[in-house]
Amino acid sequence: MLIRHAPDLTDNDVTDQGLYLKRRTLMTGLAGVGLAGAAAGQARAELSFTKGFSTTEKATPKDDITSYNNFYEFGVDKGDPAENSGRFKPRPWTVRIDGACEAPRTVGIEDLIKGNRLEERIYRMRCVEGWSMVIPWVGFPLKDLLASVKPTSKAKFVAFETVMRPSEMPGQGWNTLDWPYREGLRIDEAMHPLTLMAVGLYGDVLPNQNGAPLRLVVPWKYGFKGIKSIVRISLVESQPVTAWNRLAPREYGFYSNVNPAVDHPRWSQATERRIGEFRRRDTLPFNGYGEWVADLYRGMDLKKFY
Amino acid sequence: MASAQKGKSKRPSKLRDSLVYALVWLACFAPIVWLAWKGYAGELGANPIEKLIRQLGVWGLRLLLVGLAITPAARILKAPRLVRFRRTIGLFAFSYIVLHLVSYVGVDLFFDFRQLWKDILKRPFITLGMAGFLLLIPLAVTSTNGWVIRLGRAAWSRLHRLIYVIVPLGVVHYYLLVKADHRPPLVYGAVFVVLMGWRAWDAWASRPGSPAGTGRPARP
Repeated sequence: MLIRHAPDLTDNDVTDQGLYLKRRTLMTGLAGVGLAGAAAGQARAELSFTKGFSTTEKATPKDDITSYNNFYEFGVDKGDPAENSGRFKPRPWTVRIDGACEAPRTVGIEDLIKGNRLEERIYRMRCVEGWSMVIPWVGFPLKDLLASVKPTSKAKFVAFETVMRPSEMPGQGWNTLDWPYREGLRIDEAMHPLTLMAVGLYGDVLPNQNGAPLRLVVPWKYGFKGIKSIVRISLVESQPVTAWNRLAPREYGFYSNVNPAVDHPRWSQATERRIGEFRRRDTLPFNGYGEWVADLYRGMDLKKFY
Repeated sequence: MASAQKGKSKRPSKLRDSLVYALVWLACFAPIVWLAWKGYAGELGANPIEKLIRQLGVWGLRLLLVGLAITPAARILKAPRLVRFRRTIGLFAFSYIVLHLVSYVGVDLFFDFRQLWKDILKRPFITLGMAGFLLLIPLAVTSTNGWVIRLGRAAWSRLHRLIYVIVPLGVVHYYLLVKADHRPPLVYGAVFVVLMGWRAWDAWASRPGSPAGTGRPARP
């Protein structure tokens, strides 16, 4: 599939890296994480990447992306992830990739970062709650990772699992969801070139609150499909259990494609508030990515497979 | 304050009375001042509109519950004069709920009344919230002394028992919009149940012929 690149993208849309790094140093210092001064020089894992498929829309400020999001492992309030993720240790980290494949493997996060061609992709993110952002991720296509384990013909779905660490993730002490968090994609969705494994945000490694060190980004689906802090990816034959679907199957379907015509049972999905904007804007089918992904669902009743 | 409390006179001084009243007013104003300040300072987070609407609603519900707690508190603490704050607190609760609604209609929907009507018809949590608000209006209107006289004590009391329906509507309205963590609305629900439980117990204990009965009818 050919992915059209946005030629008119400019760096003005993104916070200046130098300014951002300064902010980050300050925040790290304040949080007392990582022995600030001593380690600051060599420990920063700056990512090198090229520009990839991106929207030309103005990116949401970094401060908003890192202070307002859902990550129930750190609490249910959207300020909780930033507040409660200081103790979380995203390194060292390994991911197990197994199931219906010829070459299952366990791979370290540094090898994933070095072994893949990283791209910056600026994607829209639409939360099921009715707000949205524009986020400059850094990552690589999930399909590259899956290809490396050689899926067999039995691999019809991909199941993802978040790490289980109640001592570092206070939200896992409450049974709001059935931990660990699980998500899933159909194999063709997982192999789609837009489906991204993100390791960075605004040019730097992912902050803890945004799913460090490795998370899924599926821009045409509601945000909760983007499972964070992944430790296991399994190729499976039947549709896997997913966390929100299990909690409220009528409200959160397996597919959860952004669709203004299919309301959440308790609220409308027709419009959204882009963070930083005053007026609500119309929500687009497939979050505006229909041109590239609508074919995946040809012939399916999207009201039934919500 | 400590020396004032030692005063033995049954009727507190006029000055102290005004001071207490001022404190109640300040306490009721504090949340809106705090919200306005946070908003002005840009500290309502990335989605200030949602935060504002939510906080106004939550404070409305809290004040309604405080209002419901006054009668039991006055009886248990044997401080009947507490009851004079009921109207003030109730009207503040109403004001917060009006602001909650105005910010939802005016800021969130930007006066899209078609969307509002669709929300009312289709979204149970909005239907219930709106029902609660409509039921609050007659209570706010008849909150004056003039209306108590016009309706007569008994009828006025009966009308104001609507609050026993309105508060649970508010709690359910809150419960239905929460995604997974139902603890906050359940806490408010529990407070309501306790306050109603006290009323039921009180009505039973003071029924005519009861040895413990005071013969006083239960009041809202």
